[in-house]
Amino acid sequence: MDNPGMDAPATQPAEASSDVLVSLTDVNKYFGALHVLQDINLDVKRGEVLVVIGPSGSGKSTLCRAINRLEPINSGSITLDGQKLPEEGKPLARLRADVGMVFQSFNLFAHKSILENVTLGPLKVRRLKPAEAKKQAMELLERVGVANQANKLPAQLSGGQQQRVAIARALAMQPKVMLFDEPTSALDPEMVNEVLDVMVSLASEGMTMVVVTHEMGFARKAADRVVFMADGRIVEQAPPDQFFDNPQSERAKDFLSKILTH
Amino acid sequence: MSDFLDVLTNYDILGAYWVNIQLAFFSAVFALLLGLVLAMMRISPVPSLRGFGASYVNLMRNTPLTVIVVFAILVLWPIFNVSFSDNFNQNFFWLAVLSLSLYHASFFCEAIRSGVNTVPVGQAEAARAIGLSFLPAARLVIMPQAFRGAIAPLGNTLIALIKNTTVAAAASVAEVSILMREMIESNGNYVIPIFLTIAVGFVILVIPVGMLTTYLSQKLAVSR
Repeated sequence: MDNPGMDAPATQPAEASSDVLVSLTDVNKYFGALHVLQDINLDVKRGEVLVVIGPSGSGKSTLCRAINRLEPINSGSITLDGQKLPEEGKPLARLRADVGMVFQSFNLFAHKSILENVTLGPLKVRRLKPAEAKKQAMELLERVGVANQANKLPAQLSGGQQQRVAIARALAMQPKVMLFDEPTSALDPEMVNEVLDVMVSLASEGMTMVVVTHEMGFARKAADRVVFMADGRIVEQAPPDQFFDNPQSERAKDFLSKILTH
Repeated sequence: MSDFLDVLTNYDILGAYWVNIQLAFFSAVFALLLGLVLAMMRISPVPSLRGFGASYVNLMRNTPLTVIVVFAILVLWPIFNVSFSDNFNQNFFWLAVLSLSLYHASFFCEAIRSGVNTVPVGQAEAARAIGLSFLPAARLVIMPQAFRGAIAPLGNTLIALIKNTTVAAAASVAEVSILMREMIESNGNYVIPIFLTIAVGFVILVIPVGMLTTYLSQKLAVSR
């Protein structure tokens, strides 16, 4: 795969003209004897919405979490904006600040108010002034439709509201790319759409997104490319229409036949 | 009975309790701070710090407090010249505080660590994902929740510490248990009332601590 950022020194961002934002090269990852990521090669372009689907245990969440090194990898390399992921410490923290992450279980800071959840990163990592951080946070909460809950604690909100706050918290860092690790899997069915709506609007605004999901409707509607994973490998990747209407691999056909028959 | 009251008024029981309260106060402050540092070490990403924290806890927690106090007054002070004051009594008071602090820090550390275990791993992941490195993540996200989850075990450790201040007798600090022995030695016929008086004093001292920690652990609980 063409990979212009790879030859640049690790500390230098690639040229702005490079349209590859996230690049995984020969990535391997083991959990003990289990080979969860096998020779993964994947480029995510600036502004691209990549949807990763596949059966459970296929490694798609691990792939997502490897991109901001919540899961360290055993071999291969991952670059963000031409910069290789640092191993540890402050450089890694700096890089993570540029990568928004939305978790399956929301993970809002349980002891902080909704507003504080969104302002914490901007205040402590970006060093924004309190008034500035609050203004930005309120705009984001307005945008995801929970501004009227700003002073409540996370436990007082519904799952859908909490997940929208989590998206606002990630956006408050003005990330280059947003990672979504099964963002709607823990939600009651009636709350799935309110979260997907926010994600669709984010996608239409040109945010680079990597979305691990089981929401095929979202994949069809918002994805530029669907990546199908099984047993730790990328089995197939294609634009959504092509993938859903005419899957090439047996694994993908089998998977789709199981989820689309109802 | 009036004779027993005479015995009580002949001794400065409240003054002796005041020494125990002071021992408990200073030791609790230092032990909690040291315990927090140790707990941070034990959850840190640096293996050598984790190893040091674990070794400290295992050494201190498994050594009898009396042995630590005796070590302080027979080894630290005369051989290693650890001295806090030229005043003999003051020096021994602070050596006792040092011993109590070093000993109970291991228990406070483990209490805080049990609190850390009440914080879901997702909280730390979310903190790291917004770009907080270990120390800010611990300070802003993990420890505030860990303390709220650790109030009951912290309270238990504080109660143990308050009662363990009597071990300062091994360093000749003029606290309640030494006073009790003096009282009994000269008033052997009142051994049971004297003993009960001292015991009730500790119960009065400790009960509010238990009530406070129960109240706080409910009031400050993190809802998830």
